[in-house]
Amino acid sequence: MRRGGGLRKPPPPVALWAPAALVSVAIALPLAYLVMRALGAGGETADLLLRPRTLETLGRTVALVVAVTGVALALALPLAWLTSRSDIPLRRVWSALLPLPLVIPSYVAGFVVVAALGPRGMLQNMLAAPLGVERLPEIYGFPGAVLTIVLVAFPYAFLTLQAALRGLDPALEEVSRNLGHGQLDTFWRVTLPQLRPALAAGGLLIALYTLSDFGAVSLLRYETFTWAIYLQYQASLDRAIAAALSLVLVAVTVVILLVDLSLRGRARYHRSSSGAARPSAPVKLGRWRWPALAFCALTVTGALVMPVAVLLYWLAQALHAGEPLRAVWGAAVNSAYASGLASLVAIAAALPVAILAVRYPGVLSALLERFTYIGFALPGIVLALALVFFGANFATPLYQTLALLVLAYVILFLPQAVGTCRTALLQVSPRLEEAARSLGRTPTQAVMTVTLPLVRPGILAGAALVFLSTMKELPATLLLSPIGFRSLATTIWSAADSGFLARAAVPALLLILVSSLPMAFFVIRQQRTRP
Amino acid sequence: MSLSRASLLALFALVAATVAACASPGPAPASAPPAQSLAGQTITVYSGRAEDLVGPIIEQFTRDTGVKANVRYGGTAELAAAILEEGKNSPADVYWAQDAGALGALSRSGVFAKLPDNIVTRVDQRFRSPKGEWVGITGRARAVAYNTRKLAEKDLPDSTFGFTDPKWKGRIGWAPTNGSFQAFVTAMRIVEGEAKTRQWLEGIKANNPKAYRNNTAVLLAVASGEVDAGFVNHYYLYAQLKEKGPSFPARNYYPRAGDVGGMVNVAGAGVLATSKNKDAALKFVDYMLSSGAQTYFAGDAPGGDAYEYPLISGVPIHVELTPLSQVKTPNVDLGSLSDLEGTLKLLRDVGIL
Repeated sequence: MRRGGGLRKPPPPVALWAPAALVSVAIALPLAYLVMRALGAGGETADLLLRPRTLETLGRTVALVVAVTGVALALALPLAWLTSRSDIPLRRVWSALLPLPLVIPSYVAGFVVVAALGPRGMLQNMLAAPLGVERLPEIYGFPGAVLTIVLVAFPYAFLTLQAALRGLDPALEEVSRNLGHGQLDTFWRVTLPQLRPALAAGGLLIALYTLSDFGAVSLLRYETFTWAIYLQYQASLDRAIAAALSLVLVAVTVVILLVDLSLRGRARYHRSSSGAARPSAPVKLGRWRWPALAFCALTVTGALVMPVAVLLYWLAQALHAGEPLRAVWGAAVNSAYASGLASLVAIAAALPVAILAVRYPGVLSALLERFTYIGFALPGIVLALALVFFGANFATPLYQTLALLVLAYVILFLPQAVGTCRTALLQVSPRLEEAARSLGRTPTQAVMTVTLPLVRPGILAGAALVFLSTMKELPATLLLSPIGFRSLATTIWSAADSGFLARAAVPALLLILVSSLPMAFFVIRQQRTRP
Repeated sequence: MSLSRASLLALFALVAATVAACASPGPAPASAPPAQSLAGQTITVYSGRAEDLVGPIIEQFTRDTGVKANVRYGGTAELAAAILEEGKNSPADVYWAQDAGALGALSRSGVFAKLPDNIVTRVDQRFRSPKGEWVGITGRARAVAYNTRKLAEKDLPDSTFGFTDPKWKGRIGWAPTNGSFQAFVTAMRIVEGEAKTRQWLEGIKANNPKAYRNNTAVLLAVASGEVDAGFVNHYYLYAQLKEKGPSFPARNYYPRAGDVGGMVNVAGAGVLATSKNKDAALKFVDYMLSSGAQTYFAGDAPGGDAYEYPLISGVPIHVELTPLSQVKTPNVDLGSLSDLEGTLKLLRDVGIL
């Protein structure tokens, strides 16, 4: 597909490339720190990096990333299709509930999976009496880690796929049907290729999230590279070796980004001719309705109901033992405030990057957009120490203030906002902006008055994603937040780390509730604009 | 309203919020300060100890001395790494670590100031830095937690080395990434020698032990029956007993042979050389070694679950605890437990880490 004739593109305005340049400086900070620290390592580092055990850990990490991404995409695609294209009963309920597992921190999900499915866990206790089940299949290690991360990460792909499916032009599918192709054929040959950006965007987020995760893999006892990095800090305070390992992680991230780049394709995804954009008629499921319902119900139960149920159970245990319920409202307000700030700044930073990548495609803008993903793959502790170093030594007035914490959040989670904005932007025709410019608006005005309102769903989705990610973030919050700034995540960690799971129940439930609000607001808004 | 006005408003809100965020909060005024020269000062404490545990005693410290303490809670190792990254600009005055290994590492990096004699000599020589740069505040004994539903104390081997017997295959739990465990292995290397330690590690590894994140996880696994015995720190049991009641099916066992398996490690503190409030910081350390605070740590503290060993003399311990004098342990210089690198190398060589 070739671009048709049109205006020659002027260079991007300052309003776009200046913030984008700032963003790239911010992301470069942790990389500069890592290189600096790794250079201070002795010859033992090369020794350590090339040990068979290190390579084994690398292999394990790659295996986990591939498995989680595959399973999560396979789970998210049918769910997205069912909730946006079919006449499944309770469609709005599923649409509202299915993104919610994102709000559950992976360390909480890990505790819950072990408590529910582990040896002598709740499920086994339930099955032991009536069925005499002595041992469940081993949940620790690879299976447990895959399950836990899939359950909390699949909504990334669900959201991008659902948004893409909703924004698809039904005309193409109708043409395909008119030409005699069946339902399934149409899906494979027409719909699925158009979902490539959404699949790539969602899959990328899932892959990098898996790479950076520590909570789930440590609880389910599956040694990944991030675990090895934490181990270095925990056990020996050897920052040089930890930095070297982190650079290997960055290298793996770059490889994943290259894979994603090649998968994305360069096709156009917006309507090229005039015609009304309208929602497509829902596909009738008929008797497939019941398996579809069961599928949705099972996913929601596993990913959402189970964690909440376990937390409520712990809460009941705490009340039964006479534990006073700690008032964690202060922590909730703090968390919400910091997360709100972070999502605002993240959107402000993500929009220029996304617009540059889509409207002014080129090597630089593509590189910049890829570059932002490196922050997402970094383990939280690495970024935290990088900002501790820069903050304490070069930006002392800002050190341990909310501003630096918000910067950390933005570096960590910017790609979520960039991804949603970019996907939404891809579905807006550049013709509209060109029309605005031909009517006398400057490029900046054209973007502000024409493009941004159309991209609003992507902006809101990005803001909601950044909000809930920062609500549950832990290592950077522990080291960079202002002293005395209690957040829900640190409260949960403090209780759970000492083994007092019942005390962790209230802040955990509150965290899930507060994080769900923007996401629920966004989803309900989506329902109103499109059925 | 038009988009440009909305976006201007949003921009204004963003700027306003950012400015508000940059303003650091001023310290709260000290409440009713007693007539001491230190009253009204503020110190910053980095604590690797849990807030539930030390929060109340720190608040008591502020009430008694008028010195306000701003505490950052986090993981012992992460906070130590942060202190090293902060360098001479570190805002911390006191570092309170969960175990002596981190203290030793920081001491070797020249982070701490030398503590005055009247503070360090309050505890036994075993429980403080030989250079006088950090001092232990409370003690923790290594113990073996065992499941009372499956085992009686007599079923357990006399010494830690007995657990390498093949009859313990699949029945042991440990936390090899945990600082206390690694400190214990370091101590074993010093007391028993490198070769015997390697033998023990290989013997346990041959019994397919289950690895957990930390002591609490090991203890909970012992109680749930997932494993029969696990290597832990002594005090987690009493906290669980308090939360779950005496029917909690686990108890502590200190090896009869008095070997290093029952060694005592310490949680301790040091004052940073870069501190700008050294007097107040020293007052903090001094306070934590006073009989009031030590009694708090030894007993059933309200809101806290201490049951740790006090390190100054003359403080009564919890009735359930075996007195420190009866816990036969070899003399291990805890300051030397900072050779964590050697332990890590050994653990990696054997394939445990």
